Amino acid sequence: MTIRKTLARLALAAAAGALTLPAWGEESGWAQLNMPQGVTDISRKIYALHMEIFWVCVVIGVVVFGAMIWSMIAFRKSKGAVADTTLVHNTQVEVVWTVIPVIILVAMAVPAARTLIEIEDTTRTGLNIKVTGFQWGWEYDYLDQGVTYFSHLDRASDAARELGSGVDPTTVPHYLLNVDHPLVVPNGVKVRLLITGADVIHSWWVKDLGVKKDAIPGFINEAWFKVDDGWTGLLRGNCAELCGRDHGFMPIVVDVRSRADFDTWLKNTAAEQKQAASPGASAPTGPLPNATAPAAAAPATRAPATATATVAAAG
Amino acid sequence: MAEPHAHAAAHDDHDHKPHGWRRWVFATNHKDIGTMYLVLSCTMFFIGGIAAECIRLELFRPGLQFFDPQFFNSLTTMHGLIMIFGAIMPAFVGLANWMVPMQVGAPDMALPRLNNFSFWILPFAFTLLIGSFFVPGGAPAGGWTMYPPLILQTGAAFPMLIFSVHLMGMSSILGAINVIVTIMNMRAPGMTLLRMPLFVWSWLITAYLLIAVMPVLAGAVTMLLTDHFFGTTFFTAAGGGDPVMFQHIFWFFGHPEVYIMILPAFGIISEIIPTFSRKPLFGYEAMVYAVASIAFLSFIVWAHHMFTVGMPLAAQLFFMLSTMLIAIPTGVKVFNWTATMWKGSLSFEPPMLFALAFLFLFSIGGFSGLMLAMVPADYQYQDTYFVFAHFHYVLVTGALFSIIAAVYYWLPKWTGHMYDMKLGTWHFWLSAIFVNVLFFPQHFLGLAGMPRRIPDYAVQFTDWNMVSSIGAFGFGLSQLLFPYLIIKCIRAGRAAGNRAWEGAHGLEWELPSPPPFHSWTTPPSDAVIARGAAH
Repeated sequence: MTIRKTLARLALAAAAGALTLPAWGEESGWAQLNMPQGVTDISRKIYALHMEIFWVCVVIGVVVFGAMIWSMIAFRKSKGAVADTTLVHNTQVEVVWTVIPVIILVAMAVPAARTLIEIEDTTRTGLNIKVTGFQWGWEYDYLDQGVTYFSHLDRASDAARELGSGVDPTTVPHYLLNVDHPLVVPNGVKVRLLITGADVIHSWWVKDLGVKKDAIPGFINEAWFKVDDGWTGLLRGNCAELCGRDHGFMPIVVDVRSRADFDTWLKNTAAEQKQAASPGASAPTGPLPNATAPAAAAPATRAPATATATVAAAG
Repeated sequence: MAEPHAHAAAHDDHDHKPHGWRRWVFATNHKDIGTMYLVLSCTMFFIGGIAAECIRLELFRPGLQFFDPQFFNSLTTMHGLIMIFGAIMPAFVGLANWMVPMQVGAPDMALPRLNNFSFWILPFAFTLLIGSFFVPGGAPAGGWTMYPPLILQTGAAFPMLIFSVHLMGMSSILGAINVIVTIMNMRAPGMTLLRMPLFVWSWLITAYLLIAVMPVLAGAVTMLLTDHFFGTTFFTAAGGGDPVMFQHIFWFFGHPEVYIMILPAFGIISEIIPTFSRKPLFGYEAMVYAVASIAFLSFIVWAHHMFTVGMPLAAQLFFMLSTMLIAIPTGVKVFNWTATMWKGSLSFEPPMLFALAFLFLFSIGGFSGLMLAMVPADYQYQDTYFVFAHFHYVLVTGALFSIIAAVYYWLPKWTGHMYDMKLGTWHFWLSAIFVNVLFFPQHFLGLAGMPRRIPDYAVQFTDWNMVSSIGAFGFGLSQLLFPYLIIKCIRAGRAAGNRAWEGAHGLEWELPSPPPFHSWTTPPSDAVIARGAAH
């Protein structure tokens, strides 16, 4: 987008006011103003909590800023206001504005604690996947299922993101948010992630799942999500912890499928990986999700060392 | 009785004062050292600002146009370190140097040679730090938080980073000792603790925070140093160490550090708002207790910077609740400032304008802070532009605006000249507008999913990034007015008079403008102190 076009749109925004924003549609960058609700029960609870505390802040803001603005208008020296220098202390008022915030905070802490307790409950999971962050990509290991693979930034983004590549990022589909092999998960199943780091600290974040957990060498962190029954599609996220030169270039894509589709995929992939690993096989990896043939073999050469120590993290 | 003192002052003024470069290198006078701190801070502010402008330039459009990602990471790291340790902290120390002796009725700081030493450490520290841009491997790129294992991947710059942090810490500790000794021992008779101006109070508490946490930072970075060079594995999992332990130690320093950068700001605002409301500060004692309780709470909230590392549920709940508690004393402060303006007689000179902007915009930073305290929501905010917007509202429109307000407030006292009010007002409006254009859209970016510390982003973030960059360019350029205005004021201007502002109270306004070489050679009388402490 050209600068002039952007400036024109800015002017339009100023003229039309915030009310017209939704009219520009979901795809417009201007409309990206808030946290998405996501596709899990937890992510919606987080969203509700976020909106609740936001509105609490708005109400407090209206009252406090209102008092400030009123003072600035009503008590101007230029309008002949004379200071009431006796007004320096009022125990009653001071108690009130200490107690009211306490009540508000308690009211906010209860739902926050309740949601947090739910998030931390990693029991009764249906599928366990070990996620290892490395410089710079992710490794997904479907525990006890015989499926392991690496996930890197996709080739189109990788070429376009080079300094002076000459490629306009707007022409690249899902620029910087696309990978060669996404994480494939079923909907309606409580999926537990066991997250660790191979070299430095990373953080696995998919906002629509309401999950952000640090991938720390020597630790195995737990997180879980359960995508709504019947929801299928792609979810996109990023590494959220600075991890070196290509920190901005190790996105996450989660491919949510129906249970039946997922089971078929898992069975086929496990069989292919088993065959590929057997003596005499030529291809090091089988066909992976969304794999383009030439790219499939490449990641294996960038395989990271696995974490050396496994200190179980509490939680 | 007054005669010999006047003679002594004159004698002192003309004979023992070093001149030329010696005046600065061998400086022991609190005002000269204060000036040097402020000049250093201003220099670092513009160097750190150049780094920030480079960051916003690269982020103006998606795709990499100017910098390699590694260099971009160096820019963000150095921007953070320079602004925190080079711009904000020395500015507050400079203000303390100038104002604390004058405000408590003392001739100078208690330990003038230590004062000289604590300043002159800093130019070496920053030469070392900024020099790291020119060594193999480039400047540190692991973030100002220096998390291992990433920071251990730094090249030749690594020991330079560690030693410069050591030097900054030494300087801060020595400066803090000086402030505490001055306030405890040099107060004029009759200047009881609860008669002290809020600025002095806030600095007393800040100085204790500095002494408490700077050694913790020094310890943490020393462990990094031995991990890197001497084969220890404090933070290396492969050797039985723990990378998360660094984060705990770092933030045990880091959260009090946040208040080290904001408590003196509270003090400044508590001086300015009463002056331009022509009304004493509302709830003086509550303000003192609020500062003290914020300082206490700052020691038990550190892990809210690291909710995503995977802590036990009980720990997360504890840190969520302790963090929320901070909203109470902070709220008391904001309410008291508002009540100070209530039924006042307000005028809007540049210091008041910046103080009012502080009031509004720091509160916005406080609101987003409250949101960040909610652990489940924090999982979504953590390490995004939302956090970025939060702490820039607190540090730029909070700490920095308070420093600018302080300079506009006390500049007539320092120079004896009134400055160009019109230009100062222009500086205010340009700053206040552009700073919001710069940081407000970053809330949207963070909520929509843009992580912080990335040199390039997905195209749906383009629009708000462009707005933010335009704000950054405007904000950066408008800051050039500030040194111009100050230099103009030093050179010439209408005589300010002892009490430069109609509503100003406090001992500094009882002295001539500019004040004599040794501020209070004879302690002020009780009546003068009582007039100053009008609460």
